[in-house]
Amino acid sequence: MLSVLTLSQNLMTVTKAEILKWITLSADVMQENKQYLTDLDSPIGDADHGINMARGFKKVLERLPTVQDKDIGNILKTTGMALISSVGGASGPLYGTFFMRAAAPVMSKEVLTDDDLVAMLDMGLEGVISRGRANLGDKTMVDGWTPALEALRTAFANGADTKTAMQACVAGAEQGMQDTIPMLAKKGRASYLGERSVGHQDPGATSTYFLLNALLEAIS
Amino acid sequence: MKKLINGIDDVVREQLQGMAAAHPELSVHIDPHYIVRGDAPVAGKVAVISGGGSGHEPMHGGFVGVGMLDGACPGEVFTSPTPDQMYECGMAANSGAGVLFLVKNYTGDVMNFEMAAEMLAAEGVPVQSILIDDDVAVKDSLYTAGRRGVGTTVIIEKIVGAAAEAGYNLDQCADLARKVNSYGRSMGMALTSCIVPAAGKPTFDLGDDEIEIGIGIHGEPGQKRMPMTSADAITEMMALEIIEDDAYTRTVREWDTENGIWVELELTDEPLAAGDSVIAFVNSMGGTPVSELYAVYRKLAAVCEDKGITIARNLIGPYITSLEMQGFSITLVKVDDEILKFWDAPVNTPGLRWGA
Repeated sequence: MLSVLTLSQNLMTVTKAEILKWITLSADVMQENKQYLTDLDSPIGDADHGINMARGFKKVLERLPTVQDKDIGNILKTTGMALISSVGGASGPLYGTFFMRAAAPVMSKEVLTDDDLVAMLDMGLEGVISRGRANLGDKTMVDGWTPALEALRTAFANGADTKTAMQACVAGAEQGMQDTIPMLAKKGRASYLGERSVGHQDPGATSTYFLLNALLEAIS
Repeated sequence: MKKLINGIDDVVREQLQGMAAAHPELSVHIDPHYIVRGDAPVAGKVAVISGGGSGHEPMHGGFVGVGMLDGACPGEVFTSPTPDQMYECGMAANSGAGVLFLVKNYTGDVMNFEMAAEMLAAEGVPVQSILIDDDVAVKDSLYTAGRRGVGTTVIIEKIVGAAAEAGYNLDQCADLARKVNSYGRSMGMALTSCIVPAAGKPTFDLGDDEIEIGIGIHGEPGQKRMPMTSADAITEMMALEIIEDDAYTRTVREWDTENGIWVELELTDEPLAAGDSVIAFVNSMGGTPVSELYAVYRKLAAVCEDKGITIARNLIGPYITSLEMQGFSITLVKVDDEILKFWDAPVNTPGLRWGA
């Protein structure tokens, strides 16, 4: 009995405090990169991604005190609902759906195992794909999330600890973000530019990288 | 940037407060942002609701009133509104006869309206959602998000609003909206870019001697860039793109009210043909004066005549704009007796008014 308890304690790796810190750090990074994300959105979108993400996470921070005593699932669900009701555009439903779906497998949990962490992010990505109907290679945030989560799963399968696995995850997101540069956009407003969308980094894949990097910082 | 604003974060709210002061016949809500007719919900009437980013005024808020929209949801400038706005607007306008969402085909608008439709359906409100996608500058739907919703939106809001006023039920309103959309084709161009207040600088750079052809309505770059030329040459090029546009097939998602699920439909718009009658709509993107729109209309009428197309009605002016952008769009909507009857029906809104 004692050994089982010890084992499960070793696997319990991400605390509620770290999840709250993730959300706070995400808000910070969106505010700091408001101009950068908006600039990335200018040539291939409608120049509002940074503005919208900063506004959305500001709303999240306002609501966070109402759930900081609740479980991780409820914290993520509230984050998603705040984003949906304040961001608008395409990123509101996409990131909002991400957090609301990510909440499902971690409802009533106060601490997450590595498996919980993977399930949480996987469900979130599944939500993004079903809401936005984008495929890999369409030059969207899916191109950031997919290699990131593949790297995370591979790292855990190879026995990495949480922090090392999250480092691999962030590296995957960064690579995915850079790989959007030569892509021809097939979804969203950038898709109307055809060949002219080539050579620009996708703003959604970039905010995804920031979000995952904030999670890494929160657990470091 | 020189703009008549007080604070960047207050642009949309202050516009709504001004509309409320100017139009006591409208009911303007600030948190969340939405506008409904002052007499909403109108007993027995389908609630026709649209929405989208701000910056396109008078669309959509200026089209709320008798004979047109029951409600409108303005987002931030060029940003889709959020599902809670659409939900609250739908609840306020629904008389029990149901809610019809008219949604311009932009990724953000589509996703937010889909979430709102799911929320209303969960409350037992009969809801239908029709996609407007009429921009012929977008050639295919396989490698893009599909044709954008532009000028035909104004025409659909007028016609379907009149039909709802005349007692069409939810299914009939949805069928009519789908038909007018399939009959409508548009194309736009820009002489200048525009400045989103929160961005503070032009969305794209355009040289003094350059024009952008095939733009949407959000200051986004268009299909191609070319040297500036005459009004006649630009008008003829755009009119011919519309008139000679082939059949357009794409898959759209519509809400199945009975089963509470999204279903995919393959729809095809047939091309215009000699002998057709149309509503011809020449629209300013905001910064182009009406005098220049008439120069465009002069050439458009000649091209239509040459192609055997009869202009049955026209609409000329700034109705679906992109802030202060200079430029214009042309929309041709094929008409039949049903469409013409509802086009001519009385309308009384801040942005469009006749017969009332």
